[in-house]
Amino acid sequence: MAGDIFSSALYGDFSQALKVHGQRLDVLANNLANADTPGFKARDIDFRAALTSAQSSRSEGSQMATTNAGHIGGTDDVQASLRWRIPSQPAADGNTVDADLEQARFGEAAMRYEATLRFVDGRVKSMLTAITGQ
Amino acid sequence: MSSFSIFQVAGSAMAAQSVRLNTVSSNLANADVVASRPEDTYKARVPVFEAQADGQGVNVREVAESDDAPLKRYQPGHPLADEQGYVYAPNVSVVEEMANMISAARSYQSNLEAVNTAKSLMLNTLNMGR
Repeated sequence: MAGDIFSSALYGDFSQALKVHGQRLDVLANNLANADTPGFKARDIDFRAALTSAQSSRSEGSQMATTNAGHIGGTDDVQASLRWRIPSQPAADGNTVDADLEQARFGEAAMRYEATLRFVDGRVKSMLTAITGQ
Repeated sequence: MSSFSIFQVAGSAMAAQSVRLNTVSSNLANADVVASRPEDTYKARVPVFEAQADGQGVNVREVAESDDAPLKRYQPGHPLADEQGYVYAPNVSVVEEMANMISAARSYQSNLEAVNTAKSLMLNTLNMGR
């Protein structure tokens, strides 16, 4: 089956991890964007929870279908694993973003994304080697 | 939420910080414009930021005018002085505006840095397997 070379057996959990890292980058970028917004509360992704829920939604095969307005669908991986950041010091306008900390975390998340990408890349390259036989 | 939302989020923040820089330069440019009546003075402009829903960045809700009272200066020789010899200067605090300017520039830079990082990550992802 041609689809098998794109299967999760090749990438392992790395493709899920890559997705969660990307979403975490989005959340951290949003914190940075709202560093000067009064009353904004900084958030972050609980990576373990997000990855676990991404893995379980993969093994279950699909999300719950909502065919009626009253149905409650399967929760989005990211929304369920979002946590509020506990501020290190209070701000007068109720904002809990510490721009320096968020920048450091953004850099860390980018590094983790890159690291996961290298693993995926390695799998792809070894598969290419197997195909071309060189 | 796609990986490209980071560009939208950081872009909205850069736009908001640009608005803030614009109000700062407007306030600084008008800091010394005096008038002979308090209601005729320039009012300091203040951008009001609000977070967009679903973590989609920030937008400027409005550019409000400061309610602080204008400064009253006794300058009887001034051509615009009123009968009592007073002129009215805008309620702009130059020091505050300078601090605001530095803060806006810093925020702009950190968002730009986020865009650059995201861009190089996306490029690396595109080059996967090469």
